[in-house]
Amino acid sequence: MSECMRQINPDVVPAFPITPSTQVIEDFSQFVADGKVDTEIITVESEHSAMSACIGAAAAGGRVMTATSSAGMALMWEMLYVASSMRQPIVMTLINRAMSAPINIHADHSDSMGARDAGWIQLYAENNQEAYDNLIMAIKIAENMDVRLPVMVCMDGFIISHCVQTMQLEDTEKIRLFVGEFASTYPVLDTENPASWGALDLQDYYMEHKRAQHMAMKNAKNVIKKVSGEFADIFGRKYELFESYQLEDAERVIIAINSVCGEIKEVIDERREKGDRVGLLKIRSFRPFPYEEIAAALEGVKIVTVLDRSESMGAYGPLFTEIRTALFNAPQKPMVYNRIFGLGGRELFMSDIHDIFEENKTYLETNRVEKMFDYLKVRGG
Amino acid sequence: MRDDIIEIRWHGRGGQGAITAAKIVANAAFISGYSGVVMAPTFGTERRGAPVLTSLKISKQKIYDLSPITEPNMVVVLDHLIVDEVNVTGGMKPGGLIVINTPKHPDDFDFENLKVATADVTTIAGEVGLPPGVVNTGIIGAFAKASDFIGLDVLARAIEDEFKGKHPQRNSKAARITYKNTIVGEK
Repeated sequence: MSECMRQINPDVVPAFPITPSTQVIEDFSQFVADGKVDTEIITVESEHSAMSACIGAAAAGGRVMTATSSAGMALMWEMLYVASSMRQPIVMTLINRAMSAPINIHADHSDSMGARDAGWIQLYAENNQEAYDNLIMAIKIAENMDVRLPVMVCMDGFIISHCVQTMQLEDTEKIRLFVGEFASTYPVLDTENPASWGALDLQDYYMEHKRAQHMAMKNAKNVIKKVSGEFADIFGRKYELFESYQLEDAERVIIAINSVCGEIKEVIDERREKGDRVGLLKIRSFRPFPYEEIAAALEGVKIVTVLDRSESMGAYGPLFTEIRTALFNAPQKPMVYNRIFGLGGRELFMSDIHDIFEENKTYLETNRVEKMFDYLKVRGG
Repeated sequence: MRDDIIEIRWHGRGGQGAITAAKIVANAAFISGYSGVVMAPTFGTERRGAPVLTSLKISKQKIYDLSPITEPNMVVVLDHLIVDEVNVTGGMKPGGLIVINTPKHPDDFDFENLKVATADVTTIAGEVGLPPGVVNTGIIGAFAKASDFIGLDVLARAIEDEFKGKHPQRNSKAARITYKNTIVGEK
């Protein structure tokens, strides 16, 4: 991610280190020290300050990037809302890590899912290549004049962030041409045209501003598609709002986010060889959420297992609630149920994925979902 | 399970550089034409001296599964005392290979259905002038000799690339000398 940030060459990077995102900023600081970028790096005393500095620098008229994880983003909480509500196109790498307590440094999505309502666009990645590609596209999506919203580029801590994988790095000049020059709106530093930022906004206009944010998020859906199309034309890798893997004639489908999808694909390949009609729907854009598109993609599917790598205590998993909402008005609703897995980095192996496909096969044959909500690989279950 | 994937699990101690060693082999494998390479470390509390492990998967085809290795073809152990602390051969496929940094002979170990290779990397690394305890480059020489699927020259170059500015020659020399002094058991 730091290499990608070097290629993008942002104006300002305010940051505070936290495992497992530390190395992003560590390596990027080296690029700054070596004069390989023109970036002003601001080392601050907390993540709250990091995001505050991001907002200030963006409002001043700069292209701004940062990176964080888990508790680090939690400390940004107030400022996450300020960034999106002030419509600052900040791009942040979020290396997904479990929230404490008990203290844990490993991957789950409790950090980003907790921030799903903060008004940030959220893109997710299965592997290093997708994370790299998403970061490049995020700049263009965030800065689009119909959007002007911050983007969170999410990937699993350690599993992806510390994994050595083969991937295609693109030419720096091509990337800079693709993202283009930063265009600021009403920059604070433009003293010829003074503008007021962060004004008080009560019963009179607050609600209109919130609705405007909502509209920007709706616009983002088309902008993500458009930017992904342009990216595919130049770099050859095509991305949609979600990935459909062997979905066309699938009867039984798993829906999931991030690194676990790689394993699911391997399992699907194995089962397809034996004629088992199974598939995967992998979420890329969680905010905005593509309800209609997902419902259309699941047409003809008979049963759906939604895997959530985070919890909403006392409710279903956050992905599950979206999927069931997407399916509620579908003419032919598949059976759908929820499984929580991988909290705090607990591994899921290919054999576990096979078990899921065996379970939903039984559910389909008996036409009954025995357990709507359950955990995978947990003691005392 | 795909049989085109070679799975190598690396056991070391926190601070010993097992993950760096696996990364070097990953780079060398990629250069040698294996386009599917995944090195996925299993991080724990990251204390110095605590047993750590990392998974290295190598194939000519793309690898999607990033989960830790459960059934390795090979295991590399950077400190032979770990053998008494951790089940290093857990899940190993019969006929697999275990490479150990130890002054002992392969016959001193009693692993069922496994080929054992040993080298006294600690002593060799000291002799070439590496700081005490730096064994993660020497062990690559033992791995090269015993596994015989990535060339020693490619591995030595990958070592020098990784240790640019940090005694690259001494590190690659440690691997070359270890290669010559690795004993591969008969079994």
